[in-house]
Amino acid sequence: MGANAASRPRASWWVVVGVVLIAAILAPYYLITDISDQIDISIIFVLALLALSMSFLWGYAGILSFGQTAFFGLGGYAYTVLALNLHETTFSFFAAIGVTMLFAAVLGYFMIYGRLSDIYLSVITLVVTLIFEKAIKSTSGDQYVIGSVRLNGQNGIPTVPSLQIPWSGTELSFDGVFILDAVLLILVYAGLRLLLITPFGRVLVGIRENTRRIELLGYDSRRYKLGAFVIGGGIAALAGVLFGVWNNFVAPEMFGLKRAAEVIVWVIVGGRSTLVGPIVGTAIVQYLQNKLGTQSVGEWLPLILGLVLILVVLLFRGGLLPGIVGGVGWAWRRVRGDAT
Amino acid sequence: MSEAAILETRGLERHFGGVRAIAGVDFALAAGELRCLIGPNGAGKSTFFKMITGQLRPSAGQILFAGADITRTAAHEIGRLGIGIKNQVPDVFDGLPVRENVWLAARRANAKPQALVDEIMQRLDLGDIAGRLVGVLAHGQRQWVEIGMVLARKPRLILLDEPSAGMSLEETNRTATLIREVNRTTTMIVVEHDMQFIRQIATKVTVFHQGRILVEDSFERIMTDARVRDVYLGRQAAA
Repeated sequence: MGANAASRPRASWWVVVGVVLIAAILAPYYLITDISDQIDISIIFVLALLALSMSFLWGYAGILSFGQTAFFGLGGYAYTVLALNLHETTFSFFAAIGVTMLFAAVLGYFMIYGRLSDIYLSVITLVVTLIFEKAIKSTSGDQYVIGSVRLNGQNGIPTVPSLQIPWSGTELSFDGVFILDAVLLILVYAGLRLLLITPFGRVLVGIRENTRRIELLGYDSRRYKLGAFVIGGGIAALAGVLFGVWNNFVAPEMFGLKRAAEVIVWVIVGGRSTLVGPIVGTAIVQYLQNKLGTQSVGEWLPLILGLVLILVVLLFRGGLLPGIVGGVGWAWRRVRGDAT
Repeated sequence: MSEAAILETRGLERHFGGVRAIAGVDFALAAGELRCLIGPNGAGKSTFFKMITGQLRPSAGQILFAGADITRTAAHEIGRLGIGIKNQVPDVFDGLPVRENVWLAARRANAKPQALVDEIMQRLDLGDIAGRLVGVLAHGQRQWVEIGMVLARKPRLILLDEPSAGMSLEETNRTATLIREVNRTTTMIVVEHDMQFIRQIATKVTVFHQGRILVEDSFERIMTDARVRDVYLGRQAAA
């Protein structure tokens, strides 16, 4: 849990990140060669990015954004509309993230510089994502067109262009998407981890620990919080773009309450005190969901996931990953203590 | 008032509902002074400090620091102008190591704060606990960490709200020594209850009572002042 104290990563961390990165690039050719497995795992990477965007804000800056799905959906829709209009995907990819970050900056500015208390910030982010869902759902008429793209209301847009390799026009294959999603997840994780040893990141952690003290020391906490909020929005937007690309489909459900709540569940299950926790949490919950989905539990699924959440909260207060790491460490000390 | 005043308040008031926690305070502090602020609980000392540092907005009146009006200035800007405060309840980063606490303070006006951090750690004798989380430290140690953070900002005016609370006798003596030492270069106001402690550091004492200044004088005169004895010192002064 060293990340919490913003310590410098050890050499072994760099090795692990490097090895995982190489493994992710080789996996679709040697390890995970089945296309349906590649698809199932790719989406976990994408959703883990969404979870990271939320847990970075919550665990490190103390901002509980309930509505990271607003940026997730916005990213997906912005990419779709841009790519369909421009018949091009590279610029659209970056522009969609940029536009969403701009929106996050405006929304964040009013909430943070208006000195809204934490709880109101949570509520407003949730309301914003629900407003987006409602608004997009009501765009089924012919008049709701951006450029040449019909928004299609609650039916969503089923023609999201696949990403093309820049300047070649070749579409990314399934293994290409797998690699892209995995590499981006690892890079975002490593980027956030390294951000925490920069002065910006250290002040952010200070804000989470004690905002008043940070202010008394002469830091304008609002600037830092807004910066974090925009970064979180950008990561959620990246997840949204990748989700659209993975699915070739965007729909208002991307903004919905179910998705927003899922993000919280992933983060709580994995634990927010580390950056790896939410990734693990997303993987476990998504895996369970996929497995149970094929076991014809049908409508019982939310109930089972709810039980999992309650169990994790009761048994592992800080989330599964810190709980297991702590437990293994405890057992290890016991074993060594008994041996001597 | 005097031209050399670094801090001045005029008709300062703060109301909480119907309660006038500060009910018209005209206060002036000369540059270089070491002033003690005493008064019974609820006299308004901490409220007064919080208004000077932008943690509370005054209901009425004016605060001037080095000639500039800071009545409505935000807390972080006041911090940058050069007022540092140790609040009554230790206001530190509990989840972070001692060294990181000091680093965050030193870094604010310092792109390369390492030397300053080392200096503060050494000056306050925090070297042995540099890596420990502040939250697990004893109350007295946490106070020292906070004082270290205040010093690391190199402020022009330091406000200390009960710096010796929760400290052992030895720690209290060290704190008094430190305060006298810091005062050679920095103006200070100290809120305290411990009369022995005040005797060690004070030249001039201001007594707050029910949100107003009751009397302002040298420590010896304050100790024999009948009004002060009535509202506050009674037993201790007799001892």
